Amino acid sequence: MKPGPFTYHDPTELADAVALIGAHENARALAGGQSLVPMMNFRYAMPDHLIDLNGVSGLSFIDCGERIRLGAMTRQRDVEFSSDLQHAVPILREALLNVGHRQTRNRGTIGGSICNLDPSAEMPAIMLLHDAELTAQSTRGVRKIPMNKFALGFMTTSLEPDELLTEISFARWGKGHGYGFHEYARRHGDFAICSAGVLIEADSRGEVARIAIVVGGLGATPVRLSAFEAAAKGHRLADELIAEAAAAASRMDALSDAHFSADYRRHLAGVLTRRAMKSAFERIGVAAYV
Amino acid sequence: MSEKYFGASVKRKEDAALLRGKGKFVDDVKLPGMLHACFVRSSSAHAMIRGIDKSAALALPGVIAIITHDDLPEPMRSRRLPLYVPNPNMKQVFMPCVLADGETVFVGEALAIVVAESRYIAEDAAALVIVDYEDLPAIVDPRDAIADDAPLAQAGAKNNIVCNVPVRFGDTDAAFAKAKHVFRESFFMHRGGPFFMECRGVVGQWDASAEKLTMYASSQGSHRFKRTFVDLCDFDENQVQVITNDVGGGFGPKGSFYVEYAAVAAASMLVGRPVKWIEDRRENFVATQQERDQYWDMEVAADEYGKLLGLRGRLLHDGGAYVTWGLVLPWIAATSVIGPYVLPAYHLDLVVVMTNKITCSPVRGAGRPQGCFVMERMMDRIARELGLDRAEVRRRNFIQPAQMPYNIGLTFRDGKQAIYDSGDYPLSQQMALDHTNYPAFEERRKAALREGRYIGIGTANAVEGTGLGPYEGATIRLSTSGKIVLYTGATPQGQSHQTTLAQVAADHLGVSYEDIRVVTGDTNSIPFGMGTFASRTAVNAGSSVHLAGIEVATKIKKLAAELLEVSPDDLELKNGGVEVRGVPEMRKSFRELANISVGLYGFSMKGDRDPGLEATSYFKPEQSTYANSCHVAEVEVDIETGHVQVTRVLVNHDCGRVINPLIVNGQIVGGVAHGIGNALFEHLLFDENGQPLTTTLGDYLIPMATDVPNVDVIHTETPSPLNPIGVKGAGEGGTIAVIAAIISAVENALTPFDAKLTNMPIMPEQIVRIVNGTNKIAAE
Amino acid sequence: MSVNGRTYERDVEPRMLLVDFLRQDLDLTGTHAGCEHGVCGACTVLVNGRSLRSCLMFAVQANGASVETIEGLANADGSLSILQECFHDHHGLQCGFCTPGMLMTLTEHLRENATPDEQELRVVLTGNLCRCTGYQAIVEAGLDAARRMRAKKEAAE
Repeated sequence: MKPGPFTYHDPTELADAVALIGAHENARALAGGQSLVPMMNFRYAMPDHLIDLNGVSGLSFIDCGERIRLGAMTRQRDVEFSSDLQHAVPILREALLNVGHRQTRNRGTIGGSICNLDPSAEMPAIMLLHDAELTAQSTRGVRKIPMNKFALGFMTTSLEPDELLTEISFARWGKGHGYGFHEYARRHGDFAICSAGVLIEADSRGEVARIAIVVGGLGATPVRLSAFEAAAKGHRLADELIAEAAAAASRMDALSDAHFSADYRRHLAGVLTRRAMKSAFERIGVAAYV
Repeated sequence: MSEKYFGASVKRKEDAALLRGKGKFVDDVKLPGMLHACFVRSSSAHAMIRGIDKSAALALPGVIAIITHDDLPEPMRSRRLPLYVPNPNMKQVFMPCVLADGETVFVGEALAIVVAESRYIAEDAAALVIVDYEDLPAIVDPRDAIADDAPLAQAGAKNNIVCNVPVRFGDTDAAFAKAKHVFRESFFMHRGGPFFMECRGVVGQWDASAEKLTMYASSQGSHRFKRTFVDLCDFDENQVQVITNDVGGGFGPKGSFYVEYAAVAAASMLVGRPVKWIEDRRENFVATQQERDQYWDMEVAADEYGKLLGLRGRLLHDGGAYVTWGLVLPWIAATSVIGPYVLPAYHLDLVVVMTNKITCSPVRGAGRPQGCFVMERMMDRIARELGLDRAEVRRRNFIQPAQMPYNIGLTFRDGKQAIYDSGDYPLSQQMALDHTNYPAFEERRKAALREGRYIGIGTANAVEGTGLGPYEGATIRLSTSGKIVLYTGATPQGQSHQTTLAQVAADHLGVSYEDIRVVTGDTNSIPFGMGTFASRTAVNAGSSVHLAGIEVATKIKKLAAELLEVSPDDLELKNGGVEVRGVPEMRKSFRELANISVGLYGFSMKGDRDPGLEATSYFKPEQSTYANSCHVAEVEVDIETGHVQVTRVLVNHDCGRVINPLIVNGQIVGGVAHGIGNALFEHLLFDENGQPLTTTLGDYLIPMATDVPNVDVIHTETPSPLNPIGVKGAGEGGTIAVIAAIISAVENALTPFDAKLTNMPIMPEQIVRIVNGTNKIAAE
Repeated sequence: MSVNGRTYERDVEPRMLLVDFLRQDLDLTGTHAGCEHGVCGACTVLVNGRSLRSCLMFAVQANGASVETIEGLANADGSLSILQECFHDHHGLQCGFCTPGMLMTLTEHLRENATPDEQELRVVLTGNLCRCTGYQAIVEAGLDAARRMRAKKEAAE
């Protein structure tokens, strides 16, 4: 299990990195390498050119301004340990603690996880939940891609071969919003069989002002429960709403594989959505956003 | 002799090097001029090989050789691996060639070995080798293999049946005819593979001028490897040396001799340089032997009190592609069913079939977990049907201590009648129940249920034939430097032989266990050896060390007595020398004695002295010694996800006298973790064409730190009368019964859903289906 | 790069994995390759103080970095460090193959968390697989090491 040969490039400036990925056929950008390098060791991935982004300046940052901005090369660990983010986007850390293990989060990046787009990965689901906007750069210019247009299919993104993801940004949810992220994996840190994330803002009457629900692991990409979200607006925060959300989640399309059936995944989608809704309800008004 | 070290929880001698990163694993071997190998492996579960084109691969710079079957040196080329565990009940025997000869019978079989300047280059070249396959139908499911018109797993076979033989005693027909209760169950049991952290590996060095082969191997027994080389190549004993230094786990399958080892030796012979091959994890999933599948269809007969009257049925065992372990694994399973219970009649039709999957090998527990599972599930079934407590049913059926030695009526895998030598099974279970407050659990379960939590408890008992023969040897030598060295063919993979064997020896020699150097796994240090398997080292090697220790001590005293002009009886071994008891100034050091013992150059030997102060002993147990255990497991089930968390395990283990409690407990706790994997996580999947689907440690789930609870270990200690130190094996006892205990506990937790579990492992989806009613997954 | 405080300069092929570089080029064979796909954790080393899989990093990427491996854990006088000593005392290793990864992961964690509890250590150790010990003794060793480190620090203050 040794990687095949490749030409290694280690640019230090984004412009150089973009030029390199644009100039070479069969080139891959190397972020944290926690998914790409195993694929290379198995020789499932055999790039001729590897553009290492780890030395490129300006790609690793956390900006908790009006919008949350994350550099694509920000290590998952730095997100995990950022108290600003913990206050502004508490669901991010809750989800992140399920991403691999300490050693992989030390190296793995937010952008790498999003670009790898594993169907049950937490970061793409969280970004979809936040309607994040991705910034891609190529020699042709800068392009903004909404997260719901980013995932095209199974581990397939809408990034062009000559584009690099540079930044992820999204609007923060209001102070005191409720949040919950639940997933089920056989073991800690494994890819989830299924996951669910919920964000809720309530108005003063205790009714839903805004809600977002994402389910991961069911099919090729994470999905939002958009129809339910639209219908839920203005409804009271009550157990019935939780049950309806769970029912909606368990009606989604799902895939079977050698390990788990579609039925089971759908069942989990319902269970986990209910749990995430419940967590979100409980946390409304007590979220630590200051 | 005072017992200062035997029985003491002394710390391990092995740790000093391993904790500093100074261990010597096979991949740490670096020889001048060493080349690196990888294998071209079959991508088809069953095919004829029409041709292998290696031209493009050979053109790659840094590639030294690509060797296929036709390139192998004779006589290796025209031979198949020898079978060392023959059994007259086997109707057909298929053993592998060193590299596949025209036909391949499982995905992962070695077709060619690529030798290059680095492993990276070797893998580049292997990818360029083109194999022309003509696919044949593959037999994947053992239940399909027994059909009359089943495709053949081996082109030259009559059918797929390796053996179909009854294992029996008593009159089952009569027992069933008079039984008040008869219950029928079908069981499926799967036991994955070893998945040691260090994959296999060898370094081979052929010295053409001396005509000598040196192999460094990650193994469970270097002498067995040596013997295979001797037999494959028609070598004499002194032409082969196999050295096993540190080994990163074995668990059974590292005891097998694999074709890759012979191929590496052949490669070194052909290219004239040392060759290293380290199995990578992908290879490990397709080329290291696994234990896998058994199907049991069983009926139990019981009387009105729940006492066993008879057990009968059929065991269908998937042997995989070759029969390198003969009938060892299913035979152990078939004979382990009886466990600690009085069973008047038994009839099991043992059917072993070949399939187009990697060959089966015993894995830690070696069929015993399956046998135990069958009996323990039947005990639970009887309890359920008769409305009795599960532990009570077991209590009513135990063999009593007064019945020891107890002949169960079967021939065990050691070729001898299975006669339990010692054990107190009722006490064992009672202690375990007391320690876990078992009687109070039902109240806890009901209380939890009121909070919507599903907890369960299960208990299971096992008797384990351990310490299998034929022998293991030990040489203890007092070197002229005064140092004591102990040589043995037993080859550890983490079991701490260097510490425990030194403990046994130290008491005889009046030194600290730390002062004894223990050399394991080097075939040049002791002529015969069997290696580490079947929880046999403490019994065999331990007893040999004990006997050799006594003999060396006697020799030392005899020589010192001559020199000091006292009686040997007045002497004691102390602090690296011998002294007259109570007169410490009358003393001879070991160094002095060892030098005198070897004689003076050219001078006549004095008296009737033999040269040297050393002794070799090969302890030959007359039969296996039977350890036992009672496991109690508690679980909590999340009925919505189907997740099972094992929250507590207690093991009451009886391995006779304990040499080192710290180490024995470590073995048991580790064994429990392995059993948790078998009960809940580990499952090797294949598709209908025999393609393995679980080929990474991300797909095949080994328990993590969060999946294993703290394990309490207690001991009943009934010394074995069958060996001089009263020990029984301890390496597998943690694993065997814990699987049945956990699954019983899951069933108990799912009482409100009337769950009946007859398989292992239990997967979360199965639990959800049970909770939601027959085979349905309910929508929210 | 610097490994355990010593500087090494080598030219390597870009595809050489860090674990292979340490083992083959520097003869630091204490770090073990157990799976080469980032699951087992036997190859865990610290790079610039952070634990990571050396099978998922190319050696060239560690250019200029400070690497710590199991060979660098013992005290300057060669005696075992507190963590190593606790592994010895609690029988925290059997075959010893996963041990380098266990030690490096816990080294990082105990530097950052002086008062870990059992569950926390179990979660941290999910990144390292062990097939021999059942983890119990490793967790005990980690907890004891934290205790002894705190006691040593208090004694020094």
